Amino acid sequence: MKLKSLLIASAMMLAPASVMAADLTIGFSQIGSESGWRAAETTVTKQEAEKRGIDLKFADAQQKQENQIKALRSFIAQGVDAILLAPVVATGWDEVLEEAKEAEIPVMLLDRTVDAPEDLYMTAVTSDLVHEGKVAGDWLQDEMAGADCSIVELQGTTGSSPAIDRKKGFEEGISDASNLKIIRSQTGDFTRSQGKVVMESFLKAEGGANICALYAHNDDMAVGAIQAIKEAGLKPGEDIKIVSIDSVPDIHLAMASGEANATIELTPNMAGPALDALEAYLADGTVPPKWIQTESKLYTLKDDNQAIYELKKDLGY
Amino acid sequence: MTEGTRPVLSCTGISKFFPGAIALDEVDLTLYSGEVHALLGENGAGKSTLIKCITGAYRRDAGTIHLQGQAVSPTSTKESQALGIGTVYQEVNLLPNLTVAENLFLGRQPTRFGLVSYSRMQTETARILKDYGLAINPAEPLSSYSVAVQQVVAIARAVELSGKVLILDEPTASLDREEVELLFSVINKLKARGLAIVFITHFLDQVFEISDRATVLRNGRVVGTRELAQASQTDIIHLMLGRQLESRIQERAPAKSGKPLLELNNFGRKGTVDPFNLTIHEGEVVGLAGLLGSGRTETANLIFGVVPADQGEAKLRGKTISLANPRQAVGHRFGLCPEDRKTEGIVGDLSVRENIILALQARQGWFRPLARAKVNELAEAYVKTLDIRLASLDMPIRFLSGGNQQKALLARWLATNPDFLILDEPTRGIDVGAHAEIIALIERLREKGMALLVASSELEELVAYSTRVIVLKDRRQVDELTGGQISTGNIVKAIAAETNREVA
Amino acid sequence: MVHGFQATLRRIAPQLIILAVVLLLNFLVFPDFFKIEFQNDRLFGNLVDVFNRGAPTALLCIGMTLVIATKGIDLSVGAVMAIAGATAADLVVSGYGWGTALIGAISVGLMCGLWNGVLVAFLRIQPIVATLVLMVAGRGIAQLITEGTILTFLNEGLIHLGAGTVLGIPTPILIWIGLGAIVTLGVRRTALGMLVEAIGINEASSRVAGINSRVLLVSVYLVSGFCAAIAGVIVAADIKGADANNAGLWLELDAILAVVIGGNSLLGGRFSITASLIGALIIQSVNSVILLSGLPPEFNLVIKALIIIAILVIQSPTVKHALYILRASAESEALEPARAAQLTPPKETAQ
Repeated sequence: MKLKSLLIASAMMLAPASVMAADLTIGFSQIGSESGWRAAETTVTKQEAEKRGIDLKFADAQQKQENQIKALRSFIAQGVDAILLAPVVATGWDEVLEEAKEAEIPVMLLDRTVDAPEDLYMTAVTSDLVHEGKVAGDWLQDEMAGADCSIVELQGTTGSSPAIDRKKGFEEGISDASNLKIIRSQTGDFTRSQGKVVMESFLKAEGGANICALYAHNDDMAVGAIQAIKEAGLKPGEDIKIVSIDSVPDIHLAMASGEANATIELTPNMAGPALDALEAYLADGTVPPKWIQTESKLYTLKDDNQAIYELKKDLGY
Repeated sequence: MTEGTRPVLSCTGISKFFPGAIALDEVDLTLYSGEVHALLGENGAGKSTLIKCITGAYRRDAGTIHLQGQAVSPTSTKESQALGIGTVYQEVNLLPNLTVAENLFLGRQPTRFGLVSYSRMQTETARILKDYGLAINPAEPLSSYSVAVQQVVAIARAVELSGKVLILDEPTASLDREEVELLFSVINKLKARGLAIVFITHFLDQVFEISDRATVLRNGRVVGTRELAQASQTDIIHLMLGRQLESRIQERAPAKSGKPLLELNNFGRKGTVDPFNLTIHEGEVVGLAGLLGSGRTETANLIFGVVPADQGEAKLRGKTISLANPRQAVGHRFGLCPEDRKTEGIVGDLSVRENIILALQARQGWFRPLARAKVNELAEAYVKTLDIRLASLDMPIRFLSGGNQQKALLARWLATNPDFLILDEPTRGIDVGAHAEIIALIERLREKGMALLVASSELEELVAYSTRVIVLKDRRQVDELTGGQISTGNIVKAIAAETNREVA
Repeated sequence: MVHGFQATLRRIAPQLIILAVVLLLNFLVFPDFFKIEFQNDRLFGNLVDVFNRGAPTALLCIGMTLVIATKGIDLSVGAVMAIAGATAADLVVSGYGWGTALIGAISVGLMCGLWNGVLVAFLRIQPIVATLVLMVAGRGIAQLITEGTILTFLNEGLIHLGAGTVLGIPTPILIWIGLGAIVTLGVRRTALGMLVEAIGINEASSRVAGINSRVLLVSVYLVSGFCAAIAGVIVAADIKGADANNAGLWLELDAILAVVIGGNSLLGGRFSITASLIGALIIQSVNSVILLSGLPPEFNLVIKALIIIAILVIQSPTVKHALYILRASAESEALEPARAAQLTPPKETAQ
């Protein structure tokens, strides 16, 4: 309900801006709605299309590649002008991408890349997971300004690429600071409740006073950890600095009340840069680079977090 | 027969201990080639334990087994099979939804290029079964044939796998007369082929008909081995019971006809039992007679609501009642001891005590548990009056022998103080002693004014306790015998008469 | 009564020993494990965490034990948790009080239980298939309620159920111990326990004995749904938000494992809720060892698997039998001279 009214409202407000866009029809094959971020990506993509006056055909694959391939074939049959694809897995796309190429429909990958020859898609818009981790590490290094700091780390799901890359990036970020040391690192499965459970064990195993900062691979785990810190009688944000990644609304709410310190945005707006590139290509044939990296924007307590929260909370996170 | 002098299988000093009990105490058993050797004893005497020790299903605690002079010690039934000892149990141990051929060859299917060769399996099966006098389609599922045929297939499988010793554990328990004949002809053929056959049964007539020698067990010990040509039935019963059974069937007190209790009008179910009328009075025992498959069990189940009737009405003391499920029947103070004790009677893992109070508790409702003292009092009282033999009321009922299980089931219903008790084959698979006790109990209950309906395949038994006999054939009531008419001869005549009429 | 207590103790002895061993393992990797402090108005310590974090599995295994006793299984409990949590969160976010939210969540849980029970008892669908339906669909239903987001709430009353304390003891601990005690007494002080066991062992026999097996079957699934709903509310309250994607994820497997570690047969029949609850504590203690050990998370599942395998192997009938033989032979050796002295004279007199 909330979603729908918001969409209608934004569509009405933004309608005049769409005059310049040609009557484009674009197919969007989304993975599903397994996380709040994914839901926000869907919302923002629809908004971006509305803004440009593009007719967006949306297909939810419910986590199944065969559904995505079916959706792509149906887009090709309908003769859409371009296809946005958020691939659920990396392999097995060659054949259907070949079909799109033969039909001369450009395919833009969102959020994830695929293992297929580069000439089969126009561009991939993704964030740089390693870079996100590095921004977090750099921030903490600046924040501590040389003071000693024992860090505990809440990892994502063991073996997942965000967990591996965000860990790697953070370690790069703090590698040149001998005052920063990770003392405990355990998986919180990217969930709020595991984040809380694991933080509880960190606090008991190390003693709350001996932990200076928390780095969480996503905001949800950080939100859970904040509760654990509070229940242990400590002040999150002051006694323990908290930096995490994603920039979901709830972490901004926590930052607004000083309970978290920094978050790095994984923007749900992957469609914006993709559509910009597409429009440029259609207008004058500018071939976009094969990889468009989204901005990993750092938010700290200096930003108006309450305002960001208000802005983000209805995106479907 | 030179082999006759040397035993095929000789067991000496076999002992087996269970926690708190000696199941077998230095038992000796010798089998010669080409003999049928009956193994007799009351339930709990140790017959099954002995067989399990020989086949390796149990590990024996002492004793030696020699097979054709070689000491053997099988540790599993599979191993004993490979050595040459095959076993066929009362409940056929085959897979009813596989075909006859698959059952016969299970685990050793003939293969062709690594794949099962079905055609070869079927021709082989047909050839083998012909030797047993069976001409059936090997490609049909086993379940489409009668228990007797299944039994023969099981025997064929055991003989094919083993071929020296064949143990038959109550093979005739669920067979009717003709089927027994079929089985006996197979046994005689195998005997001629030189197999040593162990035959366990409760039917003494059959023992004398087919066996050469008999070994009698009592309380885990051998009390004697007899050449049956030189022994009488009384001798054997004497050995088994250790006391002279006064008279297997006593003279019964004349029937007093009481008030009508249950009236069934046009009661039946399509495809199961044709509609019938039946009135049962207090203080009478109505016998249900008929051949296997004539509808005895179906009638009993219909009246108890196990399979609900789809036509007719039931009146209890003049009032119309519903009998849609057993719960309602129990509510009207009915009881049913089913034919298949194991699957529809006992709750195996519950204790004897819990099994005895189960129906009473079910009728009382979930939230009114029987007081512990009352439970103990009830259970102990019935164990005593029915002479149920057990180590403890806390032991799971499945460890009791068949006869004692049946008595515990009777206790379950008697504890509910029923007005009407249905007994389906109350003496099947039960030793001679318990048999007589149950017959006497039926008589006692009737004298106290209870109404009973008893279905049985044993005509003599029916004659002994029934005040009225209903004869069934092809799921239909064909005759009713009362008072002086009741005799085995008349029952057989009633069944036969109907057959003749049909032929004519 | 004394007799009953001794019987219970004998039944749960293996589980208690295993729990003691795993707790000792915790102590070895973290010497302060047993230290409990009173700080910030609540009991604070690793042992408290084991009891607190074990709450969802403990709650689930109460219902699961009864379902398994009837030869069934309830795979849907994890999804039901998600639905119940989402329902409670949605109600408080819409402005209702925590009481209404709790009642709403429980009603939804009971409805799920009823659905499972009807499929199993009346339509005679195999429990594993019947409950699979809700396991798969349930999470989708929960996502519909939360619209795919983590539905955050600030209702103090509801939060108290998951993160609050009563007299310093975390509320979830009181809830699972309380509910466990109520259900255990409920089935053992009435005839329910025995009747549930009877239908689990032999439903046909039970039916002939006049037991209303269908209604009883539906009832155990209702209890399971009820327990799952409470667990779902606690999990949501703990993080002040209903996470439809992750709440109770795979927890049905932990609940089944707890029941198995509790020595209950998956083939139905005899059951002990107390033993299952200890099973749940054992699982949580294993999780605690992993967290306190400080090993990299790549080892988590390996460690858990090794400990669980060890527990199950110790409980296997074969090993139990071997232990029994060992003990019996040790005893008989000790008895040998005495027995010989006893046995010889009667033998002579017999001859």
